[in-house]
Amino acid sequence: MNPTPDETPLLEAQGLTKWYGRQLGCRDIGFALYEGEVLAIVGESGSGKTTLLQLLSGQLDPDAGSVRYRTRDGVLRDLAAMSEAERRFLFRTDWGYVHQDPTLGLRMAVSAGGNVGERLMAVGWRHYGRIRGAAAEWLDRVEIAQDRIDDPPRTYSGGMRQRLQIARNLVTQPRLVFMDEPTGGLDASVQARLLDLLRGLVEELALAAVIVTHDLAVARLLSHRIMVMKDGEVIESGLTDQVLDDPHAPYTQLLVSSILPA
Amino acid sequence: MPPVLELRAAQKSFTMHLQGGLRLPVVAGVDFSVAAGQCVVLAGPSGAGKSSILKMIFGNYRCDGGQILVHQGEAVTDVASAEPRQILALRRRLMGYVSQFLRAVPRVPALDVVAGALAIERGAREEARRGAAELLTRLHIPQRLWDVPPITFSGGEQQRVNIARGFLPERPLLLLDEPTASLDAENRATVIELIAEKKRHGTAIVAIAHDEDVRDAIADCVVDVTRFAKAA
Repeated sequence: MNPTPDETPLLEAQGLTKWYGRQLGCRDIGFALYEGEVLAIVGESGSGKTTLLQLLSGQLDPDAGSVRYRTRDGVLRDLAAMSEAERRFLFRTDWGYVHQDPTLGLRMAVSAGGNVGERLMAVGWRHYGRIRGAAAEWLDRVEIAQDRIDDPPRTYSGGMRQRLQIARNLVTQPRLVFMDEPTGGLDASVQARLLDLLRGLVEELALAAVIVTHDLAVARLLSHRIMVMKDGEVIESGLTDQVLDDPHAPYTQLLVSSILPA
Repeated sequence: MPPVLELRAAQKSFTMHLQGGLRLPVVAGVDFSVAAGQCVVLAGPSGAGKSSILKMIFGNYRCDGGQILVHQGEAVTDVASAEPRQILALRRRLMGYVSQFLRAVPRVPALDVVAGALAIERGAREEARRGAAELLTRLHIPQRLWDVPPITFSGGEQQRVNIARGFLPERPLLLLDEPTASLDAENRATVIELIAEKKRHGTAIVAIAHDEDVRDAIADCVVDVTRFAKAA
């Protein structure tokens, strides 16, 4: 019997390993991510989280192991076997990438509407009115006032920039979004608003996502599953609430017990 | 008719690595089953492992051994050995859980907290909000609070929001952790009524209830967990 699309993973990693010279980036990482699933990768700085995210999104080549992605034709394809052009195409259409630093994910001197519209033009939209309309709708969804549509993001606050980056990523209706510390460096109240927004969008659009964060509260709020990394290896994984409420590995117990209650 | 839920020799302990690997046994040899329309109440003193058993059934705590079988027609899932995505699927369709305390999310108004899981299903948002409004009314949460995030609510109000959230979706299995602990007599009576309605609809229920009146009103069977704690 052929598996239904639901039973085939959207993204699959096997034995992913990366060295920076003699320094280990990450070692022997494997998992499968299914449609609509949100996976959080947690761990302290230097644990290999960002390396793993870059390997998964094809921005770094692994020294060993593979990443396979199920394209819209239903075929699981090895990222390493794709041409650079094909990977770029994926990035423009099927994938989103939300950087911790919004200046890396936005064009700071281009208007907000232009930042969102640019992604649509990259997938073939040509009608100016429709592009502007879609951009306006997305700015509204991420709670950016309509009268700021012509302002460039360098005039925006940190929280607004991050929301704009999210709009720019989601406007093309990607199936998979990578996020690197999406709430890092924001004030608590700004962070809460952004998290609430992300949570709603992820649920509503049934997005699959891989979120790197060192903040366990962010992981609990946004993710279904969690992988805990230490020194480049995954030391524990499972359902998010299970790993956080019943951690088994010594390091995970230390992480969970180190949170200061507000 | 097979039971909806069946526990066979389920066991659980904690190993506290930060306390030099101290092993805390919780329960062992947990055996009981719940049929459709039946309410099993877990009894025993505080710390005997009642909440832990509920969390094991919901997949929130991992089992060290044994089986926790959830039946749906011909299909059976063993929570004790299931993959995360199988447990997520069970939670979406089969299992509901009312925890002891509401874990409120900032900025989400009470009505949407209650409509929660149901509202995500496409096109069902308005219906979910209507159902949520009805339950909040029955549980005496005044309408002026519906658009307020429940973080600022009193303990009793938060608990009622939590109950409404757990009772709104129709799930074949419902887990209730002290649903009446901080409620007044009137609201306690409402919760007893809601439980009776669920039973009539064929919901299998596992509940923890310290209050004897509540226990007498809802229990078809009482399972003393003290023996499971002793076995651990």
